[in-house]
Amino acid sequence: MSQVSGPSGTGKRAIPGTLVFDGDIAQDGYAINAMCYSFNSEANRKKFVEDEETYMDSFNLTDAQREAVRNRDVLGMLSAGGNVYYLAKLAGILGLNVQDLGALQTGLSLDEFRANLLSHAVTETRVADKGRTAA
Amino acid sequence: MSEICGGIFTSHVPGIGKAIAQNLQQDPYWKPFFDGFNPVHEWLAEEKPDVAVVFYNDHGLNFFLDKMPTFAIGAAPQYTHEDEGWGIAFQRPYPGHPDLSWHIIEQVVASEFDPVTCQSMVVDHAVAVPYELCWPGKEPFPLKLVPIAINTVQHPLPSPKRCYELGKAVGRAIESWSGNEKVVIFGTGGLSHQLEGERAGHINVDYDKFCLRNIGPDPEALLQHDTLDIVELAGSQGVEILNWIAARGALTGSVRELASNYHVPISNTAAATVLMENRATVAA
Repeated sequence: MSQVSGPSGTGKRAIPGTLVFDGDIAQDGYAINAMCYSFNSEANRKKFVEDEETYMDSFNLTDAQREAVRNRDVLGMLSAGGNVYYLAKLAGILGLNVQDLGALQTGLSLDEFRANLLSHAVTETRVADKGRTAA
Repeated sequence: MSEICGGIFTSHVPGIGKAIAQNLQQDPYWKPFFDGFNPVHEWLAEEKPDVAVVFYNDHGLNFFLDKMPTFAIGAAPQYTHEDEGWGIAFQRPYPGHPDLSWHIIEQVVASEFDPVTCQSMVVDHAVAVPYELCWPGKEPFPLKLVPIAINTVQHPLPSPKRCYELGKAVGRAIESWSGNEKVVIFGTGGLSHQLEGERAGHINVDYDKFCLRNIGPDPEALLQHDTLDIVELAGSQGVEILNWIAARGALTGSVRELASNYHVPISNTAAATVLMENRATVAA
């Protein structure tokens, strides 16, 4: 796993399993992210559902971005510059929540992914005394 | 002079908004998180703040990558939440406070910050969810809003130290405001979570507990990590702790934690809610 991308990619810090969404990736991903940003509008979401290819044309998606969208390949969308905050809007159209996305990206089943989250389960609550004192 | 009465720090996961829309507050999955707001409700009923200054990050409702401000301060007479792509739009508007917004803008620019100023903006779940959590129901919100957006989307992000200093400048600005109003500061987002990549689902309870232990008594402890350190520790969205750091910076008086609730998981997130009071420092 490497986040090195684009001409200024050398010497960047690598964080395992993590793409740092920087200027290089933001440039690569502009078209797919712009398309996803348009999905804030319900009318646009409908247009996409009616004809995905024409909708992708209208935002000039790159070949890699189109292929990833066609295949519902989340890691492919990310490596083609997609940012998860915008991709989440597309995921909504596809009926996927963030657990579904997590499972798709990690290669786990949905149950395994959820179990993984639950393996960290903890609840810790503190409430101070009612008395108001200047600390 | 105006007074900063305290701070409310909370996660803003969109799923919380969905749970509110579906009335799931008492559902066993959600209850441990929502219960963390009981002390917040009591405190708000007692304090009745006039204004909320909210440090948050936009997730692609108001700002896109075409124009991505590092810091942006709202100066609108009113804000609304809108559909973010999944069909939920909270209906209650958020009254703004342009006079205070412009005072804060003047003061932070005098402190050598360079924010984008927004006379028209919509706010996303990072404002809407905390508001729904604090003031549930259908009554109009009882206070005015000054939203301050921090870029946590596109790197390079501002450093934790810079966010803390911005918060301090905002705190000084509020205290010098002649409006004689009571102000509550919000920091929203976090704690550890990562939605994307092979490390999706990353949660770091140790780092979260470090933040929860120190954000009140020793916030500068959180400044030892740079932004990418935080991404590595807390996950690529866990970096939203920058909003908490800025909000804590604005609490410039004598700070005491009144309540803290940490609950893992909510959706893919380690969720937390912290309430702090801020009192004038006692002079000798």
